[in-house]
Amino acid sequence: MLDLFQEIYATIIRNKLRTILTGFAVTWGIFMLIVLLGAGNGLLHAFEGQNQNIKMNSIKIFPGFTSIPFHGWQQGRKITLKEQDRLFTQQTFHENVISTGANISHTSTLSFKKEIQSIELQGVFPNYTELENIQMKKGRFINQRDMEEKRKTIVLHEKTANIFFNGKNPIGQYINSQGVAYKVIGIYTDLNMFTPPAFIPFTTLQLIYQKGDTIDNIIFTTKGLTNEAKNEQFQHDYKAALGELKQFASDDGSAIWIWNRFTQYLQQQSAKQILRIAIWVIGIFTLLSGIVGVSNIMLITVRERTHEFGIRKALGAKPSSILWLIISESITITSFFGYIGMVAGIGVTEYINQLMGKQTVDIGITSMTVFENPTVDISIAIQATLTLIIAGTLAGLFPALKAIKIKPIEALRAN
Amino acid sequence: MIQLNNIHKTYNNGTPLHVLKGINLTIQKGEFVSIMGASGSGKSTLLNILGILDSYDSGEYLLNNVLIKNLSETKAAYYRNRMIGFIFQSFNLIPFKNAMENVALPLFYQGMNRKKRNALALEYLDKLGLKEWAHHMPNELSGGQKQRVAIARALITKPQMILADEPTGALDSKTSIEVMQILKELHDNEQLTIIVVTHESGIANQTNKIIHIKDGIIEYIENNFNHTAYHFEKDGYIK
Repeated sequence: MLDLFQEIYATIIRNKLRTILTGFAVTWGIFMLIVLLGAGNGLLHAFEGQNQNIKMNSIKIFPGFTSIPFHGWQQGRKITLKEQDRLFTQQTFHENVISTGANISHTSTLSFKKEIQSIELQGVFPNYTELENIQMKKGRFINQRDMEEKRKTIVLHEKTANIFFNGKNPIGQYINSQGVAYKVIGIYTDLNMFTPPAFIPFTTLQLIYQKGDTIDNIIFTTKGLTNEAKNEQFQHDYKAALGELKQFASDDGSAIWIWNRFTQYLQQQSAKQILRIAIWVIGIFTLLSGIVGVSNIMLITVRERTHEFGIRKALGAKPSSILWLIISESITITSFFGYIGMVAGIGVTEYINQLMGKQTVDIGITSMTVFENPTVDISIAIQATLTLIIAGTLAGLFPALKAIKIKPIEALRAN
Repeated sequence: MIQLNNIHKTYNNGTPLHVLKGINLTIQKGEFVSIMGASGSGKSTLLNILGILDSYDSGEYLLNNVLIKNLSETKAAYYRNRMIGFIFQSFNLIPFKNAMENVALPLFYQGMNRKKRNALALEYLDKLGLKEWAHHMPNELSGGQKQRVAIARALITKPQMILADEPTGALDSKTSIEVMQILKELHDNEQLTIIVVTHESGIANQTNKIIHIKDGIIEYIENNFNHTAYHFEKDGYIK
C-alpha cells in the first residue's frame, strides 16, 4: 500500500502542472456545486421561514363590489360581510371548516401619560396568531375569555410599546384610547409592518365602537382540502352559497375576494421544486465538467506513460497491477482535490452564513427575508464528493483498460 | 533451455510482412550466444519472442520445457519476471525513479517488501560499481552507467536467461567493451544463459556462438572461442 502511494506520489510530482490543472477542475466542480446548493438553500430557507408559523390551511374572505347584475340588482353594489356570514360559514361548511374568525378595525388614538399615537385597533379572534405571521414576545394573546367577557385587553406591537413605555415592562399597564382604558396583556412582533395595529378582542371592539354586525373579513381554517382540485371546488361552492345568501351571482369575480393560503402555498411549493431542480441540474453539469477534466487528463496520462508501462510489463508487471496503478492515481487526485473543494465550499457557505446569514430586504410596508442559512447539508457535500471520486475512477478505468491491452512490445516501442 | 521448432511470424500492418520463416534453434543452459543479422532480418523479432514480449503465429517455443504459446498476459508477466532478464539498447530505465528504485522494480512485482528489495538493489549496484550513484536519477548518469543499472535490474531476480537487444547500440566503443566484459563475466562466473542481439560483428565476436540470421531464416551458426584473434578488435577497442 505504501509502495503504491510512493508510486503515485512520484508520478504526481513529475507532472505537477498537469496534476494541478486536473485537481483544479475537480476542486472547482465540487466548490461551485456546494456554493450553488448553499445559495439555493438560502433562498429556499427564506421561503420556508416566511411561512413557518402560519397555518397553511386558511382562507380569508374580503367583501367587494358586484360586477354582474343579479335578480334586478345593478352591478357595482357594495357587498358587506356580517357576523352571521361567519356563523353561516361555520355551520354550512362544517365538513371542511375547523374554526372561523373575523376582523373589524377602528382607527383611534392611544395615549399613555404624555405620549399619544394614532393607531388602528383591530378586533380579532383568539385564533388570529395561527392565521397570521405574528409572534408573541411577551405576555399572551387575546383568549376565549377575553372574547366572552368582552374584556378591555390590548396586545401592542413591539414598536408601539417602546414608544409608550420606553423599555419598561408594559404588561399590566393601562393605556388610554379615547377615554377607554385597556390593559396591556401582550407584546407581539411581525414581519416589520410599517403601521402595526393593536389587537383587542373582537367582541370588545364590536361593542365599544358600535360596529353592529359588520365585519371587515372572515377568516377560517379548513380541513380535508388536500389538493388543488378540492380547493377549487370548495371555493366555488362557497361562493355559490354566499351568493345565494347575499344576492350576488356565483360567477361574479369581484363580489367577494377569496384569498386561499393553501393554493398560494401549492404554487410556492412548485416554484420551490423548480428552483431545486434547476440548482441540481446546474450542479450536476458543473460536476460533469470536473469529471470530463479528470477523464481527459487520465487519457493523456495513459498515452504518455505507455512506454513506461511497456517497461513495467517487460519487468513482470501483471495487467492488474498496471490497472490498479492508473486507477489509484485517478482516485487519489480526485479525492484529494475533491476534498479540498468540499472543505472550501463548506467554508465559504459557512462564512456567508456568518456574514449575512439572514438577509432581509425592506420593501416599505413590510420587510422580507430573501436569504437565510445558505449552507449545505454535510451529507450532500460528502455524497457529491463521493460521486466525483467514483466518476473519476470510471474516468481512469477506460484508458487504463486500453493501456493494459497494448502488447508489451508495442508499448516499449511507443515514445 | 530454449527449444524453437519451426517458428513463423508475420506482421499484418497493411501489407503482410513475413518476418520469421521457420526458425529451428536450440540453446543450452549456460550458453553465451549472439544473434547477428542486418536490420530487417528478424533478429529483434526473434529476441522478442524469446522474451515473451511478442507472440508467434505457428511453431513451438519451449522455455525450460514449458510451452510458451498463447499465454495470458498475467502468466507471461510471471515468466518474464522469474526467468528472464532484459537489457535494452535504450536502457529503458524509468525516468522518475532513481537507480536503486529502478533496479528494485522487478522485485516489487514479486511482492517483496521495500526494505528488502532496496537492500538487494544496493548490493547489485555495488557489484556493478555504482554504489555511489544509487540515489541518482537516470538523467544524471552516463550511458555506460545507465546500461550497468539496467544490467543490475536484469540480474536482481536471478533469472536463468539474459536477453540483450543491442546492448551497446547507444554506447561508445570503450563503454561497449566494458558492458560486454560484464556480460562475459556473468557467463563465466555465474553460468548464466546470455543471448545478445547485435549487428556489430565486434560485439558478436565476444560471444561463444554466433547465429547468423538473414531474411527470417537461420543462415548458419558458428562456434567462436577465439575472441582475441579477430580482426575487428584492435588495442582493446571494438571497431
